[in-house]
Amino acid sequence: MKIGVLAVQGDFAEHIAKIKSAGHTAFEIRQPKDIPVSIDGLILAGGESTAMKKLLHDLGLFDPMRELIISGLPVFGTCAGMILLAKRIEDEKENCFGTMDITVRRNAYGRQLGSFRCVDKFNGKNIEMPFIRAPYVTDTGSNTEILGIHEGRIISVRQDNQLAAAFHPELTGDDTVYDYFYSMIAGNSVR
Amino acid sequence: MNNQYQLNKELAQMLKGGVIMDVTTPEQARIAQNAGACAVMALERIPADIRAAGGVSRMSDPAMIRSIQDAVTIPVMAKCRIGHFAEAQILEAIEIDYIDESEVLSPADDVYHVDKTKFRVPFVCGARDLGEALRRIAEGASMIRTKGEPGTGDIVQAVRHMRKMNSQIRHVVSLSEDELFEEAKNLEVPYELIKQVHETGRLPVVNFAAGGVATPADAALMMQLGAEGVFVGSGIFKSGDPEKRASAIVRAVSNYNDAKLIAELSSGLGEAMVGINEQEIAVLMAERGK
Repeated sequence: MKIGVLAVQGDFAEHIAKIKSAGHTAFEIRQPKDIPVSIDGLILAGGESTAMKKLLHDLGLFDPMRELIISGLPVFGTCAGMILLAKRIEDEKENCFGTMDITVRRNAYGRQLGSFRCVDKFNGKNIEMPFIRAPYVTDTGSNTEILGIHEGRIISVRQDNQLAAAFHPELTGDDTVYDYFYSMIAGNSVR
Repeated sequence: MNNQYQLNKELAQMLKGGVIMDVTTPEQARIAQNAGACAVMALERIPADIRAAGGVSRMSDPAMIRSIQDAVTIPVMAKCRIGHFAEAQILEAIEIDYIDESEVLSPADDVYHVDKTKFRVPFVCGARDLGEALRRIAEGASMIRTKGEPGTGDIVQAVRHMRKMNSQIRHVVSLSEDELFEEAKNLEVPYELIKQVHETGRLPVVNFAAGGVATPADAALMMQLGAEGVFVGSGIFKSGDPEKRASAIVRAVSNYNDAKLIAELSSGLGEAMVGINEQEIAVLMAERGK
């Protein structure tokens, strides 16, 4: 599989290391010319979503990437990546790609002192989850499948070709979420 | 390793590839966020003004820091004086996202740094070489930056610090296992950290460039030298068109190898900060806190 990782800001290198360790091909996307004709999946890394959004527009990446997502390319967003995909962001008028029918709350657990690690379920399996100044989902559309809830808050969701997590699987030794994404790419979802 | 320290190192990982900007007002903080800053450093006076004003420079008014926390959604950092753990406690109490124990302010202790292991909130510290970096990490710093020479707009010291650190890391990697004990002694750092550098070929935490970054080219230079992101202090709000310069530097960091793009970004930016050469200044801030 050839998976592109948005590499304008954030922990994209950690995602790339994960993909490579699973034996797949990973490459950085910093400009439109980095998007190849054949691409199997797209990852939106953790980082600061406001910085990424600004750079997506300034570097001309916004339109081509949004088209790819709308055309059905499997996409996986973690933390900031989830905010980029969300249709609605609480207390804000503008979204970014706005392709996923969810409402997210930014910095939902507070500032850095509210960051935490826990073990909870993703698609029925217990995994380690680091939350860093993380968002969570406050509302979902009818077409959205909830894959994980932590203490009553929705933290991972899927809608068709789009997968989003409020936590950072790229910062753990566990591959469960990636395997789920690879299976979305392979077209034989495990759900 | 405790849980909070791990999370604090990971917050620094989220900042990678980004630009952290010095701001003195909520308005500047919003400009920085809109320009694509990945975090802001809240302080009353930017380094160039601290240098010009002279006198003792302290932690900023918590009310002013709070007004900046309220103005933006990105992480907010603030500076405490070297060794001033009471200032650090205040910054933790207002839930700052990162404390910069900074040589830009007047040092409060000429022997000891803050024992950062006593805090839950993360710390970034300056370092001129590998020894300083690993001593700060041993004290609990979860992020490192070069010291550069703040407030000068002169990149020479940041380059010197980054090159020295890289060359020392390469040296540690090249040593044989039984030589690591002696190297730990030479650098005055814990053996465990030297061993980690030997095995991984990098610092155990994220390393940013800071001090003297004034142009997109300066930022690209530091990134190509191995910085994982950039602090810009006086360079933005001391320049002719802060908004334009800020977003140009952000874009330069995201594509630091693309000279054509950086040529475009560097065009028509207006006046850069005036700048002072290192030979012309009386106080070398980078000499503070070793």
